[in-house]
Amino acid sequence: MAKSNLSYLTNPIVDDNPVTLQMLGICSALAVTTSLSTALTMSIALIGVLTASSGTISLIRNHIPTSIRLVIQITIIASLVIVADQFLKAFAYEMSLRLSVFVGLIVTNCLVLARAESFAMHNRVIPSLFDALGNGLGYSLILLLVATVRELLGAGSLFGMPVLPLTSDGGWFEPLGFMLLAPSAFFIIGLLIWAIRSRRHNQVEVNEFPLILPYQDKPHD
Amino acid sequence: MASSPLSLWRRFLVLPNDTLSKTLGIALLVALVSATTVSVTSVVLKPRQDENVAIAREAKLAAMIAALPGLADILRETGAETLDTEIIDLETGDFLHDINMGSFDFITAQTDPDQSTVMSPEEDVAGIGRRPNQALVYLVMGTDDLELVILPVYGAGYQSTIRAYLALKGDLNTIAGISIYEQGETPGLGTRITDPAWLDTWSGKQIRNTSDEVVITVVRGSSNNINEVDGITGATRSTTGVANLVKFWMGEKGYGPFLKRLREAGN
Repeated sequence: MAKSNLSYLTNPIVDDNPVTLQMLGICSALAVTTSLSTALTMSIALIGVLTASSGTISLIRNHIPTSIRLVIQITIIASLVIVADQFLKAFAYEMSLRLSVFVGLIVTNCLVLARAESFAMHNRVIPSLFDALGNGLGYSLILLLVATVRELLGAGSLFGMPVLPLTSDGGWFEPLGFMLLAPSAFFIIGLLIWAIRSRRHNQVEVNEFPLILPYQDKPHD
Repeated sequence: MASSPLSLWRRFLVLPNDTLSKTLGIALLVALVSATTVSVTSVVLKPRQDENVAIAREAKLAAMIAALPGLADILRETGAETLDTEIIDLETGDFLHDINMGSFDFITAQTDPDQSTVMSPEEDVAGIGRRPNQALVYLVMGTDDLELVILPVYGAGYQSTIRAYLALKGDLNTIAGISIYEQGETPGLGTRITDPAWLDTWSGKQIRNTSDEVVITVVRGSSNNINEVDGITGATRSTTGVANLVKFWMGEKGYGPFLKRLREAGN
């Protein structure tokens, strides 16, 4: 039992990563990764909300009527998101201003609802907590990786601390403005997926709808 | 025995999940617990959040003052370390020296029925409903003249109350700067009213025309004269909100009487 709990925790980190394999939570991965500090805050908020919501939903899973289960899940998730947002506003005000609406948008992060619906509804509390934590960590790993690349190349700093000397301060590094724009996150995530799948071939998806050119259908026409 | 609360609870739990009473009961319970959690967190954390907003407001004021051209020199020349803060009566425009600065809370005064006056719809250009009877003003004196007056202003935007500081030059007609420190407009659209580039376009504009009427306004496209500020595409209601609150607070129901007194004192 202990071993399988551990696998719930470690599996989503690389093998079944929510962002690179399940393709969930891409929206916030684009929005908050211009700097490491916002990505880290977002990760912590998401892990908190995901773990608490999965735990709560798993706790009451046997009493949730199927007809209103999505409503109940979203109500719980939304309340937890508001709580997380209020905490940020009280204890990290500057950060909450920088994250603006994106903490509130955790509620629409497919990752949270996906874990509630596909895992917490059918599993006991402890495995659900591990699964939520694992998925949260997997999401955070990608966020932090993307943020590291973007902040380093886009602003020459990490956590706001200068790392590469900028030309504007007499150094040699010319920051890449492109890295601060949302599309750069697409490229970085794309490269990450490519890197992971070239190492782990089992993650490569089967082409369900291969393109068949007309002349291949009737070669002797 | 059958009707003790605990056994009732047990009977509720063993009901099949898809019966109407269980569905309604669970929905009610989840809503109740969620609402309580949200309310308790919000109430408990409110003082801390207000503190943060107050600190941010002070910082914005300090930053705006620091960013106004030449102000650092004025402060150095006069040796004034801080601003001269005064409480005024908005109706008469008089200074009220007998009110203790520490006990006056401008934010509370805005909604407290004892400390505010209802504005009629015609008067209420800024959409604030009630206007406080007293207000805070910050004065910066130069070597022999008044250099700058900083006035806290607020009014309704598209979906939130916009709060700002408006700085007027010594002639009490030219805007030295405006700084919005609190708003909750649509992210990405209305929030562009806090864009420093747009706020900079207010500097140097004049509030009154030659016949002494408050005419400052925000226009679509590009401004043609000294009383017009360019609007922001996609943020029409928010920019109009800013223009309206400036109009209101510069008018007879706002700081008008106070500014008139200052002008007379200056002459």
